[in-house]
Amino acid sequence: MSPPLFKIENLRLSLPDMTRKPLFGAAPRIEILKGVSFDIAAGSTIGIVGESGSGKSTLGRAMVRLYEPDSGAVRFDGVDIAHLAETALRPLRRDLQVIFQDPYSSLNPRKSIGAIIGAPLLFHRVAASAGEARERVAAALDAVGLPAAFASRYPHELSGGQRQRIGIARAIALSPRFVLADEIVSGLDVSSQAQILDLLGRLKDELKLTLAFISHDLSVVRRLCGRVIVMRGGEIVENRETAALFEAPQHPYTRQLLAAIPLPEIDPGWLES
Amino acid sequence: MSAPFLEIDRLSVRLRRGGAGRLLRQVSIAVAPGEVHGLVGESGAGKSMIGRAIFGILPRAVEVIEGAVRLGGTDLFALSDRRRRRLVGVTASLIPQDPLTALNPSKRIEVQMTDRLTKILGLTGAAARARALGLLEEVHIQDPARVFRSYPHELSGGMRQRVLIASAFAAEPRLIVADEPTTALDVTVQKQILKLIAEMQRRHGTALLFVTHNLGVVAKICQRVSVLYAGKIVEQTDVATLFAAPAHAYTRALMAATPRYDRPDESLAPVRPEVIEALAREIAASDADWREARLARGEGRA
Repeated sequence: MSPPLFKIENLRLSLPDMTRKPLFGAAPRIEILKGVSFDIAAGSTIGIVGESGSGKSTLGRAMVRLYEPDSGAVRFDGVDIAHLAETALRPLRRDLQVIFQDPYSSLNPRKSIGAIIGAPLLFHRVAASAGEARERVAAALDAVGLPAAFASRYPHELSGGQRQRIGIARAIALSPRFVLADEIVSGLDVSSQAQILDLLGRLKDELKLTLAFISHDLSVVRRLCGRVIVMRGGEIVENRETAALFEAPQHPYTRQLLAAIPLPEIDPGWLES
Repeated sequence: MSAPFLEIDRLSVRLRRGGAGRLLRQVSIAVAPGEVHGLVGESGAGKSMIGRAIFGILPRAVEVIEGAVRLGGTDLFALSDRRRRRLVGVTASLIPQDPLTALNPSKRIEVQMTDRLTKILGLTGAAARARALGLLEEVHIQDPARVFRSYPHELSGGMRQRVLIASAFAAEPRLIVADEPTTALDVTVQKQILKLIAEMQRRHGTALLFVTHNLGVVAKICQRVSVLYAGKIVEQTDVATLFAAPAHAYTRALMAATPRYDRPDESLAPVRPEVIEALAREIAASDADWREARLARGEGRA
């Protein structure tokens, strides 16, 4: 067993509740994460599931330090990054990549695909020259099953599934040690979804990625993840190996979530159950 | 089986400009009172276009080439705008996908519900209020008076969808079109809402056209189903047959692409290019037959 790449300890995080902000003065804070602890082994894929408002996306964002937690530790490869200043974080950013949910708003419409994938390569000096960046962009596009000619296209020319491939290419081009995928298939049709899941499954094996896969869809999570965390109301209710979680869910909430999934088969009693 | 209330009869529509093919290709769907008919397909298949045709609100850029939409035997396209709006308004209603955009954010639920009752049933004042409160109770809202006083943003997604279901049934419509009514909801809320829609539909004997991309939802709530691809119904059958022995390769491909938590070892198969190519050939062949038949009948540009 390899040592954990991530060690999250008693993580607490609150955000301002803008719906209750008075006209003058600060908004009251609302606690989103209420003491979350878990590990992610290097090279493993962990699924983070829960319903809206469970804190799963906030947890992901705290792990890659898009949010700064109130207290607790986020140890990445032994270093607690929970409160690191942005300048100290910058060299780590290359290793903490994110693929976002909405492939429409997460790609700059005014930049070509080549520029979208290439800019982080130059920023993090993964590529020393524009020429080298171009080669790496072509390699990343190839890895996600798109032709190199896509580098000169713009996001609006692409379908949702193709855009999500660009999001994946941008993340993996940097050879990061950790990738966070936040609901990356929830806006796609099943046929594109199956392709993206297939692609991600292959890439994580080939590149030995450590992956956190946030999703509300337990069927998708079962496909991809070795371990699953079930969240509710800012807390982890269950954290187990995938097969064990699905075959013998311990927590009533996990059982309730599974029972609510409509499987594509006739079951006259399901609605009443 | 009673006569269908909704009859879509060989409906074809296309863009007014542009040589692109038809957006709907001789679509026929019949839904009887008390029946739930599922309409499944991926994005761009034309599911919403069918919904809009029923309400007579096709986009301006789209024209009907042929076919009919009948509600209770009356052809909508043969009516004047005014009479069509009247017929649709009284006999059909919609449960929309996104309950937040379907409600007016600046008006309390009370005003929005009673306005609708005034418009459709002519109820005013205390009578409209009583009817609206009764409807909220019928959709199992615990504290109807509180919901009545609320603005939409003060309610959860599931609660907003309950309000819209109550509104949809307000005028005892004969037909309800539910357009992806649970897509934006969490699974546990989705189940409650599906249960509620089924309960209301059964109690009122309404014909229900349930538009969704989720085959699981179809299996749980529908009796019959149409699978739509590129504006053409490729398979139309009862749900038991669809899930036991799907006849069309595209239906089988959709099922194979849907992940199931209870079958982790079954490999997920993206829809194969051969299936898409065969579909393209099938559609080209049916387009050619359709054009030929129209020319033979001496009908307009085909």
